[in-house]
Amino acid sequence: MAGEPTAESIALLDKLVAALKRRGVMTEEDIQARVASADRASPETGARMVARAWTDPAYRELLLRDGSAAAEAMGVRMAGNPPLGVLEDKPDLHHLVVCTLCSCYPRAVLGYPPHWYKSVAYRARAVREPRAVLAEFGTALPAGVKIRVVDSTADYRWMVLPLRPAGTEGWAEDRLAALVTRDHLVGVSLPALQGATQAA
Amino acid sequence: MSRFAPGARVRVRDAWPERSAPMHLRTPHYLRGREGEVQRVLGTFPNPEAIAFGRPGEPRPLYHVLFEHKPIWNEGQEGDTVMVEIFEHWLEEA
Repeated sequence: MAGEPTAESIALLDKLVAALKRRGVMTEEDIQARVASADRASPETGARMVARAWTDPAYRELLLRDGSAAAEAMGVRMAGNPPLGVLEDKPDLHHLVVCTLCSCYPRAVLGYPPHWYKSVAYRARAVREPRAVLAEFGTALPAGVKIRVVDSTADYRWMVLPLRPAGTEGWAEDRLAALVTRDHLVGVSLPALQGATQAA
Repeated sequence: MSRFAPGARVRVRDAWPERSAPMHLRTPHYLRGREGEVQRVLGTFPNPEAIAFGRPGEPRPLYHVLFEHKPIWNEGQEGDTVMVEIFEHWLEEA
Protein backbone atom coordinates (compact mmCIF):
# COMPACT_ATOMS: atom_id res chain seq x y z
CA MET A 1 0.00 0.00 0.00
CA ALA A 2 2.41 2.70 1.21
CA GLY A 3 5.76 2.11 -0.48
CA GLU A 4 8.68 4.47 0.14
CA PRO A 5 7.75 8.01 1.21
CA THR A 6 8.55 10.69 -1.36
CA ALA A 7 10.98 13.54 -0.65
CA GLU A 8 8.00 15.85 -0.94
CA SER A 9 5.97 14.06 1.74
CA ILE A 10 8.98 13.96 4.09
CA ALA A 11 9.50 17.71 3.64
CA LEU A 12 5.80 18.30 4.33
CA LEU A 13 5.96 16.18 7.51
CA ASP A 14 9.08 18.07 8.70
CA LYS A 15 7.28 21.39 8.25
CA LEU A 16 4.19 20.15 10.09
CA VAL A 17 6.23 18.81 13.02
CA ALA A 18 8.23 22.04 13.21
CA ALA A 19 5.01 24.09 13.26
CA LEU A 20 3.49 21.92 16.01
CA LYS A 21 6.64 22.27 18.13
CA ARG A 22 6.80 26.01 17.53
CA ARG A 23 3.23 26.43 18.70
CA GLY A 24 3.85 24.30 21.77
CA VAL A 25 1.38 21.59 20.71
CA MET A 26 4.02 18.89 21.19
CA THR A 27 7.67 18.44 22.03
CA GLU A 28 10.26 16.07 20.58
CA GLU A 29 9.98 14.07 23.82
CA ASP A 30 6.19 13.67 23.28
CA ILE A 31 6.81 12.34 19.78
CA GLN A 32 9.49 9.90 20.91
CA ALA A 33 7.31 8.67 23.78
CA ARG A 34 4.40 8.12 21.41
CA VAL A 35 6.57 6.27 18.87
CA ALA A 36 7.99 4.09 21.65
CA SER A 37 4.52 3.26 23.00
CA ALA A 38 3.19 2.46 19.49
CA ASP A 39 6.17 0.18 18.82
CA ARG A 40 5.80 -1.54 22.19
CA ALA A 41 2.11 -2.34 21.65
CA SER A 42 1.66 -5.89 20.38
CA PRO A 43 -0.93 -8.65 20.37
CA GLU A 44 0.91 -10.17 23.33
CA THR A 45 -0.75 -7.52 25.49
CA GLY A 46 -4.23 -8.56 24.38
CA ALA A 47 -3.24 -12.21 24.79
CA ARG A 48 -2.13 -11.60 28.39
CA MET A 49 -5.43 -9.85 29.11
CA VAL A 50 -7.37 -12.83 27.72
CA ALA A 51 -5.31 -15.36 29.68
CA ARG A 52 -5.83 -13.42 32.89
CA ALA A 53 -9.58 -13.18 32.22
CA TRP A 54 -9.65 -16.98 31.74
CA THR A 55 -8.10 -17.54 35.18
CA ASP A 56 -9.29 -14.59 37.28
CA PRO A 57 -13.08 -14.00 37.49
CA ALA A 58 -12.71 -10.51 38.98
CA TYR A 59 -10.42 -9.46 36.13
CA ARG A 60 -12.82 -11.00 33.61
CA GLU A 61 -15.64 -8.90 35.04
CA LEU A 62 -13.50 -5.75 34.79
CA LEU A 63 -12.40 -6.59 31.23
CA LEU A 64 -15.99 -6.93 30.03
CA ARG A 65 -17.23 -3.87 31.93
CA ASP A 66 -14.35 -1.49 31.17
CA GLY A 67 -11.72 -2.70 28.71
CA SER A 68 -9.64 0.47 29.10
CA ALA A 69 -9.37 0.00 32.88
CA ALA A 70 -8.48 -3.67 32.33
CA ALA A 71 -5.70 -2.63 29.92
CA GLU A 72 -4.41 -0.06 32.42
CA ALA A 73 -4.36 -2.81 35.04
CA MET A 74 -1.91 -4.67 32.77
CA GLY A 75 0.35 -1.62 32.57
CA VAL A 76 -0.90 -0.22 29.23
CA ARG A 77 -1.14 3.56 29.16
CA MET A 78 -4.58 4.24 27.70
CA ALA A 79 -4.54 8.06 27.93
CA GLY A 80 -5.03 9.46 24.45
CA ASN A 81 -6.40 6.16 23.15
CA PRO A 82 -10.05 5.54 22.28
CA PRO A 83 -11.97 3.48 24.86
CA LEU A 84 -11.54 -0.29 24.56
CA GLY A 85 -14.56 -2.57 24.50
CA VAL A 86 -14.30 -6.35 24.87
CA LEU A 87 -16.68 -8.80 23.20
CA GLU A 88 -17.29 -12.03 25.09
CA ASP A 89 -17.58 -15.15 22.95
CA LYS A 90 -20.02 -17.75 24.25
CA PRO A 91 -20.49 -21.42 23.38
CA ASP A 92 -23.20 -20.38 20.88
CA LEU A 93 -21.96 -16.91 19.86
CA HIS A 94 -18.79 -15.88 18.04
CA HIS A 95 -17.64 -12.28 17.47
CA LEU A 96 -15.79 -10.98 14.41
CA VAL A 97 -14.38 -7.43 14.35
CA VAL A 98 -14.16 -5.27 11.23
CA CYS A 99 -14.09 -1.57 10.43
CA THR A 100 -16.03 -1.14 7.19
CA LEU A 101 -15.48 2.63 7.05
CA CYS A 102 -11.71 2.72 7.51
CA SER A 103 -9.49 0.49 9.64
CA CYS A 104 -10.19 1.25 13.34
CA TYR A 105 -8.27 -1.26 15.42
CA PRO A 106 -7.45 -1.56 19.15
CA ARG A 107 -3.81 -0.60 18.62
CA ALA A 108 -3.11 0.05 22.30
CA VAL A 109 -3.51 -3.66 23.08
CA LEU A 110 -2.93 -5.30 19.65
CA GLY A 111 -0.29 -3.09 18.02
CA TYR A 112 -0.36 -2.32 14.33
CA PRO A 113 -3.17 -3.94 12.32
CA PRO A 114 -2.28 -6.59 9.73
CA HIS A 115 -2.55 -5.55 6.09
CA TRP A 116 -5.54 -7.75 5.40
CA TYR A 117 -7.53 -5.98 8.14
CA LYS A 118 -7.18 -2.73 6.17
CA SER A 119 -7.94 -4.31 2.78
CA VAL A 120 -11.10 -3.36 0.92
CA ALA A 121 -11.85 -7.07 0.49
CA TYR A 122 -11.87 -7.85 4.23
CA ARG A 123 -13.80 -4.68 5.09
CA ALA A 124 -16.48 -5.34 2.49
CA ARG A 125 -16.77 -9.09 2.93
CA ALA A 126 -16.52 -9.55 6.71
CA VAL A 127 -19.79 -7.72 7.23
CA ARG A 128 -21.63 -9.32 4.31
CA GLU A 129 -20.39 -12.93 4.23
CA PRO A 130 -18.62 -13.50 7.54
CA ARG A 131 -18.89 -17.28 7.30
CA ALA A 132 -17.13 -17.35 3.94
CA VAL A 133 -14.38 -15.09 5.32
CA LEU A 134 -13.91 -17.33 8.37
CA ALA A 135 -13.71 -20.38 6.10
CA GLU A 136 -10.90 -18.73 4.14
CA PHE A 137 -9.02 -18.26 7.41
CA GLY A 138 -9.48 -21.99 7.96
CA THR A 139 -11.97 -21.42 10.77
CA ALA A 140 -14.87 -23.80 11.16
CA LEU A 141 -17.33 -22.85 13.89
CA PRO A 142 -19.05 -25.68 15.73
CA ALA A 143 -22.61 -26.30 14.52
CA GLY A 144 -25.18 -23.98 16.05
CA VAL A 145 -22.77 -21.12 16.75
CA LYS A 146 -24.10 -17.74 15.62
CA ILE A 147 -21.85 -15.00 14.30
CA ARG A 148 -21.97 -11.44 15.52
CA VAL A 149 -19.98 -9.08 13.31
CA VAL A 150 -18.92 -5.95 15.17
CA ASP A 151 -18.42 -3.05 12.76
CA SER A 152 -16.12 -0.59 14.48
CA THR A 153 -17.54 2.64 13.08
CA ALA A 154 -17.04 5.30 15.71
CA ASP A 155 -15.27 6.01 18.98
CA TYR A 156 -14.71 2.59 20.55
CA ARG A 157 -12.12 -0.01 19.62
CA TRP A 158 -13.10 -3.66 20.01
CA MET A 159 -11.28 -6.85 20.98
CA VAL A 160 -12.68 -10.39 21.25
CA LEU A 161 -12.47 -12.47 24.41
CA PRO A 162 -12.44 -15.98 22.91
CA LEU A 163 -13.57 -19.14 24.68
CA ARG A 164 -10.88 -20.92 26.65
CA PRO A 165 -9.97 -24.07 24.75
CA ALA A 166 -10.94 -27.38 26.32
CA GLY A 167 -7.99 -29.33 27.67
CA THR A 168 -6.30 -26.31 29.26
CA GLU A 169 -7.67 -26.87 32.76
CA GLY A 170 -5.13 -25.99 35.42
CA TRP A 171 -2.81 -24.18 33.00
CA ALA A 172 -0.92 -21.15 34.29
CA GLU A 173 -1.59 -17.71 32.82
CA ASP A 174 1.67 -17.55 30.83
CA ARG A 175 1.00 -20.86 29.15
CA LEU A 176 -2.55 -19.81 28.28
CA ALA A 177 -1.37 -16.45 26.91
CA ALA A 178 0.99 -18.26 24.53
CA LEU A 179 -2.06 -19.92 22.92
CA VAL A 180 -3.67 -16.60 21.96
CA THR A 181 -2.77 -14.82 18.73
CA ARG A 182 -3.74 -11.57 17.07
CA ASP A 183 -6.20 -13.37 14.79
CA HIS A 184 -8.09 -14.76 17.80
CA LEU A 185 -8.44 -11.25 19.21
CA VAL A 186 -9.96 -10.01 15.93
CA GLY A 187 -12.11 -13.13 15.71
CA VAL A 188 -10.97 -14.59 12.37
CA SER A 189 -9.79 -17.75 14.10
CA LEU A 190 -10.19 -19.60 17.39
CA PRO A 191 -7.55 -20.57 19.94
CA ALA A 192 -6.97 -24.29 20.11
CA LEU A 193 -4.41 -26.69 21.51
CA GLN A 194 -1.63 -27.27 19.03
CA GLY A 195 -2.30 -30.36 16.99
CA ALA A 196 -5.90 -30.54 18.18
CA THR A 197 -8.54 -30.28 15.47
CA GLN A 198 -11.40 -27.89 15.87
CA ALA A 199 -14.82 -29.40 16.29
CA ALA A 200 -16.68 -29.36 12.99
CA MET B 1 -28.90 12.44 28.66
CA SER B 2 -29.48 9.65 26.19
CA ARG B 3 -32.84 9.24 24.51
CA PHE B 4 -32.83 5.45 24.09
CA ALA B 5 -32.35 2.73 26.71
CA PRO B 6 -31.00 -0.78 26.18
CA GLY B 7 -33.72 -2.90 24.58
CA ALA B 8 -35.27 0.00 22.66
CA ARG B 9 -36.28 -0.72 19.06
CA VAL B 10 -34.76 1.88 16.78
CA ARG B 11 -34.50 2.64 13.08
CA VAL B 12 -31.46 4.18 11.42
CA ARG B 13 -32.59 7.27 9.50
CA ASP B 14 -32.97 6.57 5.80
CA ALA B 15 -31.04 9.72 4.97
CA TRP B 16 -28.26 10.22 2.42
CA PRO B 17 -26.81 13.66 3.14
CA GLU B 18 -23.56 12.71 1.41
CA ARG B 19 -25.41 12.95 -1.90
CA SER B 20 -25.81 16.72 -1.59
CA ALA B 21 -22.50 17.82 -0.04
CA PRO B 22 -19.13 16.45 1.05
CA MET B 23 -19.65 14.69 4.39
CA HIS B 24 -17.80 12.64 6.96
CA LEU B 25 -20.34 10.12 8.23
CA ARG B 26 -19.87 7.21 10.61
CA THR B 27 -23.23 5.61 9.81
CA PRO B 28 -22.63 2.77 7.33
CA HIS B 29 -24.80 2.99 4.21
CA TYR B 30 -25.91 -0.63 4.58
CA LEU B 31 -27.82 0.26 7.75
CA ARG B 32 -29.76 3.29 6.51
CA GLY B 33 -33.46 2.64 7.07
CA ARG B 34 -32.76 -0.60 9.01
CA GLU B 35 -34.36 -1.54 12.33
CA GLY B 36 -32.33 -2.75 15.25
CA GLU B 37 -32.19 -2.97 19.03
CA VAL B 38 -30.14 -0.82 21.38
CA GLN B 39 -27.72 -3.02 23.35
CA ARG B 40 -25.79 -0.48 25.32
CA VAL B 41 -25.25 3.26 25.70
CA LEU B 42 -21.53 3.69 25.01
CA GLY B 43 -21.22 7.25 26.26
CA THR B 44 -21.05 10.69 24.73
CA PHE B 45 -18.56 11.69 22.06
CA PRO B 46 -17.93 14.83 19.97
CA ASN B 47 -19.91 14.70 16.73
CA PRO B 48 -17.41 13.34 14.16
CA GLU B 49 -19.37 14.94 11.32
CA ALA B 50 -18.29 18.35 12.68
CA ILE B 51 -14.78 17.68 13.99
CA ALA B 52 -13.78 16.09 10.66
CA PHE B 53 -14.12 19.57 9.17
CA GLY B 54 -12.41 21.38 12.04
CA ARG B 55 -15.68 22.60 13.54
CA PRO B 56 -16.45 22.21 17.26
CA GLY B 57 -18.10 18.82 17.72
CA GLU B 58 -20.97 18.97 20.17
CA PRO B 59 -21.23 15.91 22.42
CA ARG B 60 -23.62 13.26 21.08
CA PRO B 61 -24.76 10.02 22.71
CA LEU B 62 -23.39 6.90 21.02
CA TYR B 63 -25.18 3.53 21.09
CA HIS B 64 -24.25 -0.06 20.35
CA VAL B 65 -27.12 -1.25 18.17
CA LEU B 66 -27.76 -4.86 17.11
CA PHE B 67 -29.19 -5.75 13.67
CA GLU B 68 -30.23 -9.05 12.12
CA HIS B 69 -27.79 -9.96 9.37
CA LYS B 70 -30.07 -11.66 6.86
CA PRO B 71 -32.60 -8.87 6.12
CA ILE B 72 -29.76 -6.46 5.32
CA TRP B 73 -28.20 -8.58 2.57
CA ASN B 74 -31.00 -10.96 1.60
CA GLU B 75 -28.54 -13.76 2.22
CA GLY B 76 -26.69 -15.34 5.08
CA GLN B 77 -27.67 -17.41 8.07
CA GLU B 78 -30.68 -16.92 10.32
CA GLY B 79 -29.61 -15.72 13.77
CA ASP B 80 -26.37 -14.07 12.66
CA THR B 81 -26.16 -10.41 13.63
CA VAL B 82 -24.14 -7.24 13.17
CA MET B 83 -23.50 -4.79 16.01
CA VAL B 84 -22.60 -1.20 15.16
CA GLU B 85 -21.90 2.09 16.94
CA ILE B 86 -24.54 4.62 15.89
CA PHE B 87 -24.88 8.24 17.04
CA GLU B 88 -28.23 9.33 18.47
CA HIS B 89 -29.00 11.86 15.76
CA TRP B 90 -29.07 8.98 13.26
CA LEU B 91 -31.67 7.00 15.23
CA GLU B 92 -35.44 7.22 15.45
CA GLU B 93 -38.02 5.16 17.32
CA ALA B 94 -39.05 2.04 15.39
